Amino acid sequence: MIPLAWYLIFAAVLFCIGLYGVLVRKNAIAILMGIELMLNSVNINLIAFWRYRSSQGIAGQAFAIIVFAIAAAEVAVGLALIISIYRRRNSIIAEDMNMMKW
Amino acid sequence: MSTDLLIWLLPLPPLLAFFLIVLFTRRNHALSHSLGVGAALLSWLGSMVIFIRAINTPHLGSHPFGSDSIVNWLPTGDSWLQIGVRVDPLTAATLFFVAWTILMIFLYSVGYSNYGQPKGDHDKPGLQPHGATISDEHGHKHVVPSVEPMYSRFFAFLGLFACGMYTLVVSDNLLTLFIGWEIMGLCSYLLIGFWYQKPSARAAMIKAFLTTRVGDVFMLLGIAYLYSSIGSLSFSEIFKPETLQKLGSTPAVGGILGLSAAGLIGILLFIGTIGKSAQWPLHVWLPDAMEGPTPVSAMIHAATMVSAGVYLVIRMFPLLQVGSTPENISPAMGVLAFIGTLTAIFSATIAVAQNDIKRVLAYSTISQLGYMIAALGIGAYVAVAFHLVTHAFFKALLFLGSGSVIHGVEHGVYHTGETIDPQNMFNMGGLRKKMPITFWTFLIGGFALSGFPFITAGFWSKDEILAEAFGRGYWVVFIVLVLAAFLTAFYTMRQITLTFLGKPRTQSAQHAQETHWTMTLPLATLAFFAVTLGWLGISESFPLIGGLIPNHVHEFLSDTLLVPPEALPFNLAPLLLSILVSLGGLTLGWLMYRKQSSAAEDPLQSALGPVYTVLKNKYYFDELYDLLLVRPAYWLASTFTNQLLDRGIIDGVLHLIARVASNVGHVFRNYIDKPVVNGFGDFVGTGIKKVGQGLRIIQTGKVQQYLLMALVLAFGAMFYLLYTVIPH
Repeated sequence: MIPLAWYLIFAAVLFCIGLYGVLVRKNAIAILMGIELMLNSVNINLIAFWRYRSSQGIAGQAFAIIVFAIAAAEVAVGLALIISIYRRRNSIIAEDMNMMKW
Repeated sequence: MSTDLLIWLLPLPPLLAFFLIVLFTRRNHALSHSLGVGAALLSWLGSMVIFIRAINTPHLGSHPFGSDSIVNWLPTGDSWLQIGVRVDPLTAATLFFVAWTILMIFLYSVGYSNYGQPKGDHDKPGLQPHGATISDEHGHKHVVPSVEPMYSRFFAFLGLFACGMYTLVVSDNLLTLFIGWEIMGLCSYLLIGFWYQKPSARAAMIKAFLTTRVGDVFMLLGIAYLYSSIGSLSFSEIFKPETLQKLGSTPAVGGILGLSAAGLIGILLFIGTIGKSAQWPLHVWLPDAMEGPTPVSAMIHAATMVSAGVYLVIRMFPLLQVGSTPENISPAMGVLAFIGTLTAIFSATIAVAQNDIKRVLAYSTISQLGYMIAALGIGAYVAVAFHLVTHAFFKALLFLGSGSVIHGVEHGVYHTGETIDPQNMFNMGGLRKKMPITFWTFLIGGFALSGFPFITAGFWSKDEILAEAFGRGYWVVFIVLVLAAFLTAFYTMRQITLTFLGKPRTQSAQHAQETHWTMTLPLATLAFFAVTLGWLGISESFPLIGGLIPNHVHEFLSDTLLVPPEALPFNLAPLLLSILVSLGGLTLGWLMYRKQSSAAEDPLQSALGPVYTVLKNKYYFDELYDLLLVRPAYWLASTFTNQLLDRGIIDGVLHLIARVASNVGHVFRNYIDKPVVNGFGDFVGTGIKKVGQGLRIIQTGKVQQYLLMALVLAFGAMFYLLYTVIPH
C-alpha cells in the first residue's frame, strides 16, 4: 500500500503549484485555476487522512464533497465577476484591477 | 319628583345655562337669553314646588326636607365631610324671594340689554352701548339704543350667579354654603366689571372683590374653628342643643375678650356678613358697585348677594344666641346690634345727599341691611326674616325701576343729543307722564321702602322690627332705627319727587320714553309682591285688622328655631311713631323738592351747610381707606417690596449667584474643558488620522499583493504557533 506520506507530499506539491499560479499569473482566469488546484490539494489531504486514519466514518468524504460544492460556487461567482470586469474595462489582467483602494 | 331630588337639582339649570352659553351659543343672542331665562324659569318652578310643599308640611322646622339625602363628599382621614340639602321654613321663604327676583331679573335683562336693537355705531365689547344711527323711510337719521355688545356673556354670568345663590340657600352645611358664597363673590366681581373698559368699573370690581375678601377670610376662619371644635359643619349638627351647650361653655381659643367658642365663631362668621352685606366698616364697595349694569345691581344688592349675608346670620342665629339670657344678649348679638344700628343710620344719612339715582338706592340697601342686622342683634328673628323677604322684593323693584328710568332718560339723550348724566336725578323730573308704569311701580317700591302705613309690605316688616326693639326695651337701637326710618322716608321721597314729579328739567327728560315690556313686566310683578307680602305678616294683636289674615309669616318662620320665639304683645307707641316718621319723612321730602328747578342747587345744601359736604362725600370713608390702607399698601409695595426686597435683596442674591456661577464656569472652561477634555478628543482624532495615513501605503488595490501579505502573515502565525505556543 502506498504510504500516507506520498499522498501528503503530492498534495503539498500541488498546493504550492496552485499558490504559485495564484501569486504570479497575470490572467485572472489563471488565478482562479490556481485556486482550484489549491482546493483540490486540500481535498487530497482530506481523503488521504480519512482513508489512513479513520476509514469507518464518512466525514472525510463528506468534507471533500462540500469543498467541491464550494469550489464550484466560488468559480461561478469569480468567473461572473471577471466577465463583468472584462466587459467594462476590456481586460482581465489582475494588476489592472486596482480601483479598490483609497 | 321627590322633594329631596328636586332640591338637589335647583342650582343645576343656571349652571348648565352658563356652560352652554359660554361654550356653544354665545354668538346667538336669542338662544343665549332663551337658555338663561329658561334656566331661571326651571329653577323658579322647582323652588315654587318646594315652597308649596314646605308650607303644607307641619313641623318642617324640626324635620326639614333633605335630611335623608346626605352624601359623603370628602374623606377626612377616618371620617367623611358630608354635604346635603336642607329646606326648613327659613330656606323656603328665602327660596321664594330668590326664585322670584332672579326670574324677574333675567327677564328684565333681555330688555335692559336692548335685545333686538341694531348694533351700535362705535360699540366695543367692554363698554356700554352708545346708540346706533338708523335712517327711516323719509331719510331722517335717528339715534336709537343699541344692543349690548357682550349680550350672551351677560346671561352666562347671571346664570352662574344664580347657581351660586341657589347652592347657598339649599345647603345644609357651612361648606357648600361658603362655596355658593364665593361663586357669588366671583360673579359680582365679573358683573360689576362687566364694562371692563371703563376705568371706574375696573376699580369698582377690584374694590368689591378685595373688600368682601376681607370678610370672607374671617368667615373661613370661623368655619375652620367651628369644624375643629365639633368636627362637623352640618347645620343640624351645629344646632343640636348639646353642641351649642358645649360651644357655649368652652372658652374661645386664646381666651380672646373672654368670649366663649360660640361667641368667637359667631363673630367671625358675622364678619363675613359684614363684607358680603356691606355693613360698616366694609360698606365701601357697594356704592361703587353701581358701575355694573342695573340688573346686576338689583341682583347683587337686593335679591341675592347682600341678602345672602343676612341669610347667613339668620341661619346661624341659634349659634349667635348662645349665652343670651332673657335680660342680656350674648356678646356676638351685641356686636350685631351695634354694627347694624350704626350702619343703618350711617348710610341713611349718606343717602340723603347723593344725586345718582342708583347710589341713593345703594346706600338705602346698606341702611336696610343694617336694620336687619340690628334687629337680629336684639333677637327679632322672625321680623328679620320677614323684612329680608319684603326688602328683597321692593329693593329689586326699585333697582329695576331705576334702571328703567335710566333707560328712558337715555332714550331722551339719544333723541336730543344732549351730553348729560342720565343717572343724575337733577337731570330728570316729570317722568311720571312719560313712563307711567315705571312711575307707579317705583312709587310702590319707594313707599314700601319708606314703610308707608298699612298698604305696603315694608311697613309691616319694618314696624315689626321697631316693635320688637321697643318691646324688648333696647332704647338706643329703637331711637336710632326710628331716626333711620325717618331719613329713609325722606330720601325716598326726595328721589321720587326729583325723578318723577314736577316738570322735566332737561330736554332728555322731556323726551324720555316708557321701556319695553320685558322690563315693565318684572316691575309690575315685583310691585305686586311689594304690596301683598306684608299682609301675610300682620301681627294678630294688631287692632282692627289683626287676625283677619292669619299671621302666616310668624307661624311659619318661627318653626325654624327649635325654641320658637314668642310673639310680643301689641304696643301702640312704636306703631304710631313708625307711621309718623314714615309720613313725616315722605311729606318733608315732597315739600323740599317739589319746586326744584334745573339750575337751583340741592335745598339740603343750604339747610345743612358743611354737614352736607361731609354727607355728599360719604364721611370721607373712601379717602380715609385710601389714606390708611391703599396708599400704605402701595408704598409698601413700591418702596419695601419692590425696591428693597425684590430689587435689592432677592435680585442681589440672584445676581451674586449668577456671577459666581459665571466665574466658576470660566475656570472650568479654561482649565478643564479646553486642555483636558478637548485635548484628549483632539488627540484621539489626529492619532487615528496619522495611523491611517501610515497604513494606507499597503493598501494597493492589487489582489495578488494582498494574497502575498496574507501568505506571509499566515506563515508568521504558523511559525509562531509551532515554536512558541505549542509546547515541545
